[in-house]
Amino acid sequence: MNQNNPINTLNIDDTAYETFLTKKFKSRKPYSPSNPNQVVAFIPGVIREIFVKKGQDVKKGDVLLTLEAMKMKNSIKAPFNSKVKSIEVEVGKMVMKNQLLIELD
Amino acid sequence: MSKIKDKINLLNQKARASNLGGGQDRIDAQHKQGKMTARERLHFLFDNGFFDEIFKFVQHSNNAFGMDGKLLPGDGVVTALGAVNGRLVHVSSQDFTVMGGSVGRMHAWKICEMMDMSLKNGTPYIAINDSGGARIQEGIHSLRGYGRIFYYNTMLSGVVPQISIIAGPCAGGAAYSPALMDFIIMVEKTGQLFIAGPKVIKEATGENITAEELGGAMAQATFSGNVHFIARDDAEAIEITQKLLSYLPSNNLEEPPYLGSEQLDIVVDEALNFTVPDDPRDPYDMMDILVRVFDPDSIMEVQNHFAKNMLVCFARLNGRVVGVVANQPMVKSGAIDIDASDKASRFIRFCNAFNIPLITFVDVPGFMPGVEQEFGGIIRHGAKMLFSFSASTVPKITIIVRKAYGGAYLAMSAKSLGADRVAAWPSAEVAVMGAEGAVSILFRRELQEAEDPKQKRRELVKEYQENFATPYPAAAEGLVDSVIEPKMTRHYLSIALESLKNKRAPRPQKKHGLIPL
Repeated sequence: MNQNNPINTLNIDDTAYETFLTKKFKSRKPYSPSNPNQVVAFIPGVIREIFVKKGQDVKKGDVLLTLEAMKMKNSIKAPFNSKVKSIEVEVGKMVMKNQLLIELD
Repeated sequence: MSKIKDKINLLNQKARASNLGGGQDRIDAQHKQGKMTARERLHFLFDNGFFDEIFKFVQHSNNAFGMDGKLLPGDGVVTALGAVNGRLVHVSSQDFTVMGGSVGRMHAWKICEMMDMSLKNGTPYIAINDSGGARIQEGIHSLRGYGRIFYYNTMLSGVVPQISIIAGPCAGGAAYSPALMDFIIMVEKTGQLFIAGPKVIKEATGENITAEELGGAMAQATFSGNVHFIARDDAEAIEITQKLLSYLPSNNLEEPPYLGSEQLDIVVDEALNFTVPDDPRDPYDMMDILVRVFDPDSIMEVQNHFAKNMLVCFARLNGRVVGVVANQPMVKSGAIDIDASDKASRFIRFCNAFNIPLITFVDVPGFMPGVEQEFGGIIRHGAKMLFSFSASTVPKITIIVRKAYGGAYLAMSAKSLGADRVAAWPSAEVAVMGAEGAVSILFRRELQEAEDPKQKRRELVKEYQENFATPYPAAAEGLVDSVIEPKMTRHYLSIALESLKNKRAPRPQKKHGLIPL
């Protein structure tokens, strides 16, 4: 293989192996537990309506905003009782998958 | 001088010793963790707690690494046969109290022997897993054992149903036996399922994760979709197994258990006319429709934590078992992504193998767009649904509830893939794509030249929706055999299913098709 791809070490069962690693493997995101306070887009789409304001108290199940995707108006609901810390999107804005929409306290 | 009586006493003594497995201390330790012992699980599974244990006196045959002279009752696995709701099943139940339920040569041999009996007698096979893994002292004998287990799992596949209960650790190579079986039921907290544990992962990639986060029931049910059912404890896992068996035939030559009467119970359910919202962009819960259409309390959802945009469940219609595949508009708009396609395809293949008719409810806007999906292989994975529906020879009935767009519509058991009967609700929109997208392509020039492109676009979209986003163009082509009022759905399905019960669909002889994996 070429020089841009140097030999790396990979540990499996207490043994170190010299090996090439793929770009995909090297750029993978390490596992981190998801932050329940961050409401993220589960699907790419467009924000149609926002029902809450910064600092507002919300109850579990309250609709925070509408995310339209694949011809469907998805209601994004509060996962637990909380307060809206910040709103990261605006009406009409396109969002990517896993983009932060709203942060809860 | 030994008399017959003494010999009988000796037998009883040996049997008692074997029943104790690794001894009372270890049994207590097992209970302390909230786990049942291998025998208690069997007792709970079989009718009246009765089962016939075989190979009770099997011993290991290893004398390396200090194993010489050590006694391992049953070599760490209890093998038994008996009746569950009156139907014979063969079971192996690993005994964690005997050397951690580790798999040695004879242990594996006993398991394979049970599977062989299942195969010959056409009975479901159930494996209860509670094992520390390979018995390292036995080296490659243990490894060969696993190989034989995998081989038999494969031989049984599609001949008899195979159900795996994960009631303890099941790590490394051991995890591949459940993976080869049809259904995995996993107990929360005590069950663990992974190939490489947290310690190995930490060393290889530096990631920190606990055993529960990595291989717990919820993780394996939600992220990987390996686990089909989650149980709170051993007792619930066994109850789920019994319920699941009530939907399955004993083998591929039998029909699933029938609970119906001669008379069809056909009802007109007015409420169904009001389940779909007026705005096609509003979501609703597909399950609300399913519970009204099928027999009361007959729905058993499979993999309900994984790919929730696709529903798969067993259900009964007039007592006849059916497999239901349905889009869930509540989740990810009901679009088909990689996971949804995998989930549905596996279920369709299972139903076809075991003579369970397939009923499909369609409300799908399309395949999920996105770079992640394309690079993840949505083409290859989505093709599994096309393949599995086309290849299925069981009765196939489709109800188009609302959206049925493009390739995703075909993937949901369309007439052109060989569905036997297809009905559409008046709310159905069967089209090559959604109105907005279609107008952009069909009227590109008109839109460019229009004085008020936005107004023109609205008009054209409305016109397209009225003329093409309806069931009637498809009905005109015979791609939909009936357009029915929603309230008549049970009526339609009952008659269609009854009329297809003797369906035959011979296929060309071949070794096997090549489902895109």
